[in-house]
Amino acid sequence: MFEYILRRLAYVIPISLGVTILVFALVHIAPGDPLNAVVGADAPAEVVEKLKKDYGFDQPLPIQYARWLGRALMGDLGLSVVNGQPVTAQLAVAVPNTLMLALTACFIGFVLGSLLGGLAGYYQGTWIDKFATGFGVAGVSVPHYWLGIVLVIIFAVELNALPATGIGPGGSAGWKFDLEHIRHIILPAITLAVIPCGIITRTVRATVAEILSQEFVQALRAKGLQHGRIMLHIIKNAAPTVLAVMGLQLGYLLGGSILVETVFNWPGTGFLLNDAIFRRDIPTLQGTILVLAMFFVFLNLVVDILQTLTDPRMRRG
Amino acid sequence: MNINAPLEPATIDVAQVAVQSRGYWSTVLERLRRDRVTLFFASLIVLVLLMAVLADVVAPRDPYEASMIKRLKPIGTEGHLLGTDETGRDMLSRLIYGSRLSLFMGIMPVIFALLIGGTLGIIAGFVGGATNMIIMRTMDVFYAFPSVLLAIAISGALGAGIVNAIISLTLVFIPPLARVAESVTTQVRNLDYVDAARASGASAPTIIRVHVLSNVLGAIFIYATSLISVSIILASGLSFLGLGTRPPEPEWGLMLNTLRQAIYVDPMLAALPGVFIFVTSLSFNLVSDGLRSAMDIKV
Repeated sequence: MFEYILRRLAYVIPISLGVTILVFALVHIAPGDPLNAVVGADAPAEVVEKLKKDYGFDQPLPIQYARWLGRALMGDLGLSVVNGQPVTAQLAVAVPNTLMLALTACFIGFVLGSLLGGLAGYYQGTWIDKFATGFGVAGVSVPHYWLGIVLVIIFAVELNALPATGIGPGGSAGWKFDLEHIRHIILPAITLAVIPCGIITRTVRATVAEILSQEFVQALRAKGLQHGRIMLHIIKNAAPTVLAVMGLQLGYLLGGSILVETVFNWPGTGFLLNDAIFRRDIPTLQGTILVLAMFFVFLNLVVDILQTLTDPRMRRG
Repeated sequence: MNINAPLEPATIDVAQVAVQSRGYWSTVLERLRRDRVTLFFASLIVLVLLMAVLADVVAPRDPYEASMIKRLKPIGTEGHLLGTDETGRDMLSRLIYGSRLSLFMGIMPVIFALLIGGTLGIIAGFVGGATNMIIMRTMDVFYAFPSVLLAIAISGALGAGIVNAIISLTLVFIPPLARVAESVTTQVRNLDYVDAARASGASAPTIIRVHVLSNVLGAIFIYATSLISVSIILASGLSFLGLGTRPPEPEWGLMLNTLRQAIYVDPMLAALPGVFIFVTSLSFNLVSDGLRSAMDIKV
């Protein structure tokens, strides 16, 4: 098992390198000069030359990459070409906001998905199974940016019960644990939760059905165990799979929240990314994508290792 | 399928598929004939496809014709069955014409990715060794990105536009399809009857054509149909962000975006384009599920 974990750890290095190369390459597939956002196309040639030198764009690509990587490793992702702020400082504000949203959505998706999926798997073929299966398919097929708009229409426009956009009252920039902020997170969190909820419902249903078909469950029944006790055995067996799916979903939500953040004006990484794209702020774009992708790589690693540790069947392999 | 990351590696029971011979397709058709859910949603897909093909015939008005005095008319207005949008263009006509771009941008990336990813996967699986390592490890790097993030990052870097959106989505779907193709090819390659074919002097192209393709195609075809659902949501999502189609083109995601300002005026109208995205995506998802169980493929 330890050999597997070591191998898995070592595997992170080439993958991370590949990720950094891909993120770096994004700038160079981008049409136009990355400096256009700073100086405009009609700037005098000597100004452009000077800026090129300052930003290091006059160096050959491999050297640019090595420098960028070296600085990124030290936690320096450069300066935004739009507002001159360090990218790291902007991320320090945006990442916690996105994390808060993604964690809340994950929690909702996990609880609801496990409940629906568990019931559907346990009572296969009944109306509750049909409902949960339908809900699962709808959850993975719904364009969530549209669902966000629909929720805003129902709860903010028609019922006037919840705020439509923002993270808190009066253009609040960061998350606080108070009633107003909680009221603001409800709609975006539900919107974002729909996808993991659908996935978890499907996964739990399939896992529970698979476990129920195994012989040891027959043995438990034959022993005269109550429903509740059998359920406990099922949960114990299903937990590693479900937790693994859950962990990955958190990573997807962090990267995938951009559409939901746009709908709700949530000041997180997605919002930052969207802004960077339209202002052609390459350092911010690069930095945000790099951080989100590395977080995903790391989460994948943790999930794999946790799964190895918790699932005795994996230990032998 | 998950819009954020459907991209799980697939397993397929090759031995079982290999056994299927004559009578397989009639069995599949028989199963489909009895599957009413799949048939219903398949007919919805046909309907949307017809809408796209026959847009010139069925659309009541010119989708670009704006009118300052007829802006944001509600659903059911005389002469505008589904109302008008924020510049007074006929919603029904725009939704009908919108199916063209939405379907095109949703389906093309999957087709391209199917061809490229499928080829890469078959090569990786068949040749093995260092070739396999290079191809599949490169795919792993793309896997390190959540798919929404990758799509937005690439099309954000390339800039807005239909072609760029299709390129970015193609790049998102190549790795999962390559993985499916590779895993099936590797399984097939190690089967006894392929060894026998090789021993009897069959060349690599012949083995690929006769034995590998017949097994791989079914699996990646089914997988690809389920990706269309994701692709349609993502493609419209890119347009919704302003990264895909540009105004005044009719496209469902873009319409959803431009109508956002109208949610306080006419909420029903503002939400309408999303219904089309949802129904189309749901239909592809359910038909894919139905085909999968009818064809008895575990992907």
